[in-house]
Amino acid sequence: MSNVAATRDGYGEALLELANNPKVVVLEADLGKSTKSLHFRKAHPNRTVSCGIGEQNMLLVGAGLAASGYIPFASTFAIFTERAFEQMRNGVARPNLAVHVCGSHGGTHTGTDGSSAQSIEDLAIFRTLPNVIVMHPSDIVSTKILTMQLAESNSPSYTRTARNKTPVLYEGKEDLIKIGKGIVLREGNDVAIIACGVMVSESLKAAEQLAQEGIHATVVDMHTLKPLDGQLIDQLVSTCGSIVTAEDHNIIGGLGGAVAEHLASNSPAPLERVGVPDRFGESGGADEMLEVMEISSPFIAEAAQRAIKRKL
Amino acid sequence: MTWNVEDLEETARKCRVHIVNMVHRAQAGHPGGSLSEIDLLTALYKTQMRVKSDEPTWGDRDRFILSKGHASPGMYAILAEMGFISVEDLSSYRVLGGICQGHVDMKWCPGVDFSAGSLGMGLSFGMGTAIAARLEGSQRQTYVMLGDGEIQEGSVWEAAMAAAHHELGNLNVILDRNRIQNDDFCEAQMRMFDIPAKWRSFGWNVKEVNGHDMNEILEGLEFLGNNNDGPSIIIAHTVKGHGISYMADNPAFHGAAPNDEQYHQAMIELGEVAQ
Repeated sequence: MSNVAATRDGYGEALLELANNPKVVVLEADLGKSTKSLHFRKAHPNRTVSCGIGEQNMLLVGAGLAASGYIPFASTFAIFTERAFEQMRNGVARPNLAVHVCGSHGGTHTGTDGSSAQSIEDLAIFRTLPNVIVMHPSDIVSTKILTMQLAESNSPSYTRTARNKTPVLYEGKEDLIKIGKGIVLREGNDVAIIACGVMVSESLKAAEQLAQEGIHATVVDMHTLKPLDGQLIDQLVSTCGSIVTAEDHNIIGGLGGAVAEHLASNSPAPLERVGVPDRFGESGGADEMLEVMEISSPFIAEAAQRAIKRKL
Repeated sequence: MTWNVEDLEETARKCRVHIVNMVHRAQAGHPGGSLSEIDLLTALYKTQMRVKSDEPTWGDRDRFILSKGHASPGMYAILAEMGFISVEDLSSYRVLGGICQGHVDMKWCPGVDFSAGSLGMGLSFGMGTAIAARLEGSQRQTYVMLGDGEIQEGSVWEAAMAAAHHELGNLNVILDRNRIQNDDFCEAQMRMFDIPAKWRSFGWNVKEVNGHDMNEILEGLEFLGNNNDGPSIIIAHTVKGHGISYMADNPAFHGAAPNDEQYHQAMIELGEVAQ
């Protein structure tokens, strides 16, 4: 896993490939250089709409375009998509208009910009909206593939990408990637670790560490939080008997919340949630933040051991 | 031309009857802003809008976006007069399963192009439909109706700035300046100072008209049609509740229905029943 790249670059690459479809348009709110929509803008300025620093307007311009047969992709920092939450709710999700929102620089992994930029609640809030697909891919390849699949989806969506580089996991394995389907990256029968985004590679590290202690963990990349792959979760419960979730997001309402909801209603099993412990971040390096927030691989491994102990 | 001012005024009168019927039947809703906007809507639909009532989703239709979506009785009334929906459909206003939802909704009612209900959103949406028309090389127009209280929402000004930046000559706004919002007169809730100057300073073409004088309204619509170098707005001075004496200029009838006695009085004033 020496090869690393940023998921936001996968978004940028996807937009460029999608440009073959004349209905694809890109909306920016003065952060195209950061979210990586700038490549599309340079190649297709006539199909790129600058909305200035105005996220509320941007999402609804997207709604108007979607209602007119276009496929708008709008991006800004994850934290600033939250400013337009009600526009997303009333203007996009409610009329079910396929506006695709990408929030880059999500999570505490964003690092030195500090707490104002570290969105830790985006996945939770967008998950509460009917009709909306919610994703947080783990690597550049899956981000690209999933973003391209969105153009065919006819549903509005929110996708979180990350600022900093993470290991490339899916080079040559593009066929595994499908909206709504979790990906099993490693198999073991003692515990299943379900992760999203930057925490997928942390979970693989944790599984490696557990293996040295004789514990065999399954690791799943649950890149789509909604619709959640409940069928896979049920299988994991029957094969592993205990579950750990791992996310760079508040412990409340994100992937851990989604999995907990599913388990409670369908197949109860011990669940340990690794996530930001309901607190705001601070300035720090990406890896430092994972330590401070107690979500890096050692914390995932500890959670796995706790989950196993809780098995009947 | 198949219309004249007298015909337009008669259509507006019928719409006022529909509006009062709807809110009286539902014992809820927003008569004041519906009555202030209805002369404008009548002139717009009868003389400008390129739409097909038998094909409401025709792709190259002009778009009308009622951003002040609570004034839905006015829109349902004109849609009924234009043949998009039937007069019988109007009785579904605010009724479970009815196409006439409390606030206009594109998923429920034929001829509605925007799901409204939250103020400050329609102009941004209209900017999107206007950009779509430009991308397609279509001459179709987008018309957005804003309320005056509504422009207190900051997002309206994000859209106003962006529409001028993109020189959207196919984007047209009609501002219903009825001077009353939910709780009170606008002047008491939030003074807005020189509204025409605000829009001019944002780069818009601006004209003021009397929103209850058909000839002035037609001049205003002509102004919108003739100014295509950038977005244009007509600021229509109206009276909230216009046409019903006890509703006129009365904040109490922003969002309140008439009782049976008041209803009877309204029908007399609108010439539906004899004194």
